[in-house]
Amino acid sequence: MSRRNLLAAALIAPLLLLVTLSFLVPLGATLYRAVDDSEFSTTLPRTTALLRAWDGKDLPPDAAFAAIVEELRTAQQNQEAGAVLSRLNFEETGLRSLLLQAARASARLAPPVKDSLIALNPRWGEPELWRLFKRATGPWTSLYLLRSLDMRPTDKGIVHAGAEDAVFLPLFWRTFEISLIVTVICALLAYPVAYTLSILPQGWANAGMMLVLIPFWTSILVRTTAWFIILQREGPINALLLAFDIVNQPLTMIFTRFAVYLAMVHVLLPFAILPLYGVMKGIKPDYMRAAASLGAPGWRRFLRIYLPLTMPGVAAGSLMVFMLSVGFYITPALVGGSGDQMVSYFIAFFTNTSVNWGMAAALATLLMAMTALLVIVARLIVPGFRSGNVKV
Amino acid sequence: MAGTVPSAPARKLSAGRLALALVTALILLFLVAPIVVVFPLSLSSGELLVLPAPGYSLRWYEDFFTSSRWLSATWNSFVVGIATMILATLLGTLAAFGIFLGRFPGKALLLAILSLPMVTPVIVTAIAMYFSLSLVGLGSTLTGLILAHTVLSVPFALLTVLASLQTFDQNLLRAAASLGANPAIAFRRVVLPLIAPGVATGALFAFATSFDELIVALFIASPGQFTLPRQMYAGLREFLSPTIAAAAVLLILFSVLLLALNEFIRKRAQARGASPSGPTA
Repeated sequence: MSRRNLLAAALIAPLLLLVTLSFLVPLGATLYRAVDDSEFSTTLPRTTALLRAWDGKDLPPDAAFAAIVEELRTAQQNQEAGAVLSRLNFEETGLRSLLLQAARASARLAPPVKDSLIALNPRWGEPELWRLFKRATGPWTSLYLLRSLDMRPTDKGIVHAGAEDAVFLPLFWRTFEISLIVTVICALLAYPVAYTLSILPQGWANAGMMLVLIPFWTSILVRTTAWFIILQREGPINALLLAFDIVNQPLTMIFTRFAVYLAMVHVLLPFAILPLYGVMKGIKPDYMRAAASLGAPGWRRFLRIYLPLTMPGVAAGSLMVFMLSVGFYITPALVGGSGDQMVSYFIAFFTNTSVNWGMAAALATLLMAMTALLVIVARLIVPGFRSGNVKV
Repeated sequence: MAGTVPSAPARKLSAGRLALALVTALILLFLVAPIVVVFPLSLSSGELLVLPAPGYSLRWYEDFFTSSRWLSATWNSFVVGIATMILATLLGTLAAFGIFLGRFPGKALLLAILSLPMVTPVIVTAIAMYFSLSLVGLGSTLTGLILAHTVLSVPFALLTVLASLQTFDQNLLRAAASLGANPAIAFRRVVLPLIAPGVATGALFAFATSFDELIVALFIASPGQFTLPRQMYAGLREFLSPTIAAAAVLLILFSVLLLALNEFIRKRAQARGASPSGPTA
């Protein structure tokens, strides 16, 4: 290595180390939880060994019945059974109580354990249950990723949830829909603003630009807070509408989809205006003059020349807005209702509230995939697209 | 100039132009109105956030500046913000100079990896931090928060400094070397003064990123480490007191100050002929 590259490596190393240790490794470990299936094999190692050796036909050997009961009881006594119980109960509701019943009865079960266990609960005699356990021995599972797509793994392959039980596909679709609508509105609003600012005399343009930059620099939370206050039932908008007799009772605006669109467009609009303004500033008036001298009417000059020339700005801004929208969490959580939440909300929910880290990781993986796809599309269709071009 | 023929003798104020100006004014109003409306609300003398306010007073600002919660949140925000700024600017500037100097393949990939925290949805970064920081004993600590914020804001410092290095003339380094300066001296005496606006812009962005960050703080800060956004979020969830409006106003004023600082750096750099080409488009 040349001295120059040695120096370069030494300069880059600290940052690379930081990003690797405190971002890439944690990120990888987190996303790995989406496929990790170690609860069963950690808590019930002997049962795991027996089930892995079993061919999956009929029932497992008698030793497996004795092993699972004994290991469950020990785990329960040491208060280590929680994780595996949650894991199995997530795959099939009711398994927690089935297993707890067996663990509690374990001391009373007369040998052979197999027959006593089936007598205790006939489910223990079903090969299907044991095949579920065998699948849970890991080390990997597709359970969480499939659940995030409203599917479930079973004996007979992958089963799709019915339309009424579907949760996550509608959630992804809603996230996509909200993001798309916000993006389109932002593009439509950004275009006239950027155009006007690009043709105004410098002093006016600078003043106008300040009105875009002040919201841009104000944090997302502060702006969402402003909407949260304004949209209240007793808030300023309702007061205004009532004062002018436009409505005779206050409108419900907070915790609605309307509020989500309003606040998200407000937060993201500057991201659409700024790149577009940059592109419009760079367009030489000569092109339009040439078109005019060739006799093209105004609308035609706009459609055939100006619009195509400004398209890169529209595309760059829109992709930025869309990419940010897809990951939105705070704004919908504060001003939206329960039916207006996006994927991020459920990642937070599974991390904190329902403590199902497999699901949190699976949803995070899919959200990452969605974003990565967008970045790739962005690089393909927008020449010179750099996601780092704007303050987030 | 889409709408007019610029060679026309006098610029007529056509109906189209008027409509365009009106639409622009309305959209700009939409952008600033919610920010402006918070000001009178925060000055209300009443307990409710209503307009017109029953009277005007500074009581909610007094509440902010005498509340131990808000004061501790302000302190935490500045500690974390300044520490993040120093770390991110230092690491980002060194790495940017390294990437600029190096003659090796795969620079684009390296840059993509280093700026990954910027394109990753923040919620994903937040849960990754939540799981791993508690594993190494840094959960619910300011150190953990600083580390997480540094990761989030370092790409801004890196890219800003890298952009300002694009206009840097490598011959200056050769000249410095021929005059006997070692790389460290050349960096400090020749490179740094020239890319200073870029470094300053990067530092400002790193600070602002940390100062405004909520989602990571939501996952890894306990009440003792609450920053201003985190305290504000907690307030919104509990009881909508006008103190929140006062806090919002203070944060808006602070953002305007940061914006002014950024514009100042840009103007000065322009006047000196160098372009910091900061991330503000």
